[in-house]
Amino acid sequence: MGKDSILQAIRQNKPAGRPLPEIPIFPGREITPTEQFIKMAETGGSQILRAAHVQEINAMLKNLFPEARNIASPVPEITSTINLEEIQSPLELEQVDVAVIRGHLGVAENGAVWLTESACRHRILPFITQHLMLLIPETSIVPTLHDAYRNIRINDEGFGIFIAGPSKTADIEQALVIGAQGARSLTIILTAF
Amino acid sequence: MIDHAEKAAEFIRDEPRTDWHDESLWFIRHKRDKASQDVPEWEQLRELASGIKDNVLSELDHYLEQFEANALQNGVQVHWATDAAEHNRIVHSILKKHGVSRMVKSKSMLTEECHLNDFLAEQGIEVVDTDLGERIIQLREEPPSHIVLPAIHLKKEEIGALFHEKLQTREGATDPGYLTEAARGHLRQKFVEAQAALTGVNFAIAETGGVVVCTNEGNADMGVHLAPVQIHCMGIEKIIPKAEHLGVFIRLLARSATGQPSTIYTAHHHRPRPGAEMHIVIVDNGRSAQLGRSDFRNSLKCIRCGACMNTCPIYRRSGGHSYGYTIPGPIGSILTPGIDLKAYSDLPFASTLCGSCSDVCPVKINIHEQLFRWRQIIAQEGYLPSGKKRALAWFGKIMARPAWFRFTGKVARLALRILPRPFLYNRFNEWGKARELPEAPRESFQEWYKKNRR
Repeated sequence: MGKDSILQAIRQNKPAGRPLPEIPIFPGREITPTEQFIKMAETGGSQILRAAHVQEINAMLKNLFPEARNIASPVPEITSTINLEEIQSPLELEQVDVAVIRGHLGVAENGAVWLTESACRHRILPFITQHLMLLIPETSIVPTLHDAYRNIRINDEGFGIFIAGPSKTADIEQALVIGAQGARSLTIILTAF
Repeated sequence: MIDHAEKAAEFIRDEPRTDWHDESLWFIRHKRDKASQDVPEWEQLRELASGIKDNVLSELDHYLEQFEANALQNGVQVHWATDAAEHNRIVHSILKKHGVSRMVKSKSMLTEECHLNDFLAEQGIEVVDTDLGERIIQLREEPPSHIVLPAIHLKKEEIGALFHEKLQTREGATDPGYLTEAARGHLRQKFVEAQAALTGVNFAIAETGGVVVCTNEGNADMGVHLAPVQIHCMGIEKIIPKAEHLGVFIRLLARSATGQPSTIYTAHHHRPRPGAEMHIVIVDNGRSAQLGRSDFRNSLKCIRCGACMNTCPIYRRSGGHSYGYTIPGPIGSILTPGIDLKAYSDLPFASTLCGSCSDVCPVKINIHEQLFRWRQIIAQEGYLPSGKKRALAWFGKIMARPAWFRFTGKVARLALRILPRPFLYNRFNEWGKARELPEAPRESFQEWYKKNRR
């Protein structure tokens, strides 16, 4: 059988035991995590905005996406046009124009935001939507990916993801094109709530 | 039997195109340098990554068992495949059980290695590659020429013509934005229709029983979150012990690959979504044998970033297809002889041994040393081409006898000065095909030294 013969071959061929190295704590940068996060996120093609109250987000939505017809969000304060609780199949979300989702934390060194399945309600939502808006508390930003992994448990939920910008590709002559298969734009709102 | 030089000769016939290819990859190498220099602890990270992989290789059986136990607990179905054929059979059986006739797939070098697409096509299953570069080469019916940038060898005019034929884009359209938009529409349809989705795996975490898949386009996630069946195929060497180790490897991966601080999407899959199925196929296909070759086992540390290709002066000027294997470039040239020494005996010679590959490798694989070691083995096993074999045998005799050496030197210096060109530049002179022989000095160093020493 596959498993036994593979494990047997590994046992025969593996080298003598080597210790697992410890990961040290790397010192922080000179600029603050928030400043670095904004710089890296913008370099990656994200737009950064700030909001003091969750109610402001609805106005931002109207302002940024005046044409949007279908708005989906598991955040109760957001005015959605789609009730995510009633969605039976992920295919029903194909017409979503904008999705607004709460992220768990931001990573300064690469402008990435960690979000989980429960915050998306449906795993497909942040990908299938034409435009994505992520909300993270400004205080949640950590300096490095090491800090991020210390602050999350990747198996708390069935699915979790770091998103570091809008979907992109450079597969045609290395020309950067935003909007490959996933969301065409990413707006990250740094919140004070 | 792959003849790299012969295939490279075809590639470089178009000189401006060769330069363009060379410069495209060198540009990515520069982006990698800049991204790595932005991380003060870069060298420490490489050391850590290499050390973690040393530990993984020395306890691979335990970590795989731990990974399987945790994945099963998560509700994932785990399969083991000894070789490519078994891998393909397993994937097919999963698809058959669900009556799947259309599957989408994100980038997986492992399934390329196993020729899964061809196998499934024979069974009547349509497989659509969803990474833009992979879709392009799939429509052209050719293999990828680079593991991260599968269509790096193609011009936008060629892609425009291909899309005009296959996706009905405007004739003569070459704008990358327009072509990408056309592919987006085409692929959305494929995502919606797919009954199963398959991805490769960047990292599998023993401690949690989950897998991490990195993309820039979001195509892996579009596939697996829409289809009722999700399948992840991984080589046994993808294991890392703990979640905290992702911090080290993910910091290195995209910076080394494309110079980005991170891929856009870094997805962590642990459990199937409600009502759906999640499968993981763990594949050996020669990897456990490579683990037993002490000089070469470090090649199993590879995280498939492609940095060694982007920096390699031979790869940049010969193109991925000249290597005749799924994984080209320096890393491919140390993996392939372990698969079939005779068939790939030319690849370790497709190198200047400059060592640039080892310098950029994020997991510190001693690639150029392994290339040299394979050369020795290939010579010992008698797989050198007969011309090279005879030349080296003579060279060895001459080098071992000072009198012969002095005499040959004298003759060579004289010959270079007085012989007419056709005697020097002919089919026996491989070096002189595209290069001038050096100007011959009047005397050897030894003669000069005898005269001038005090």
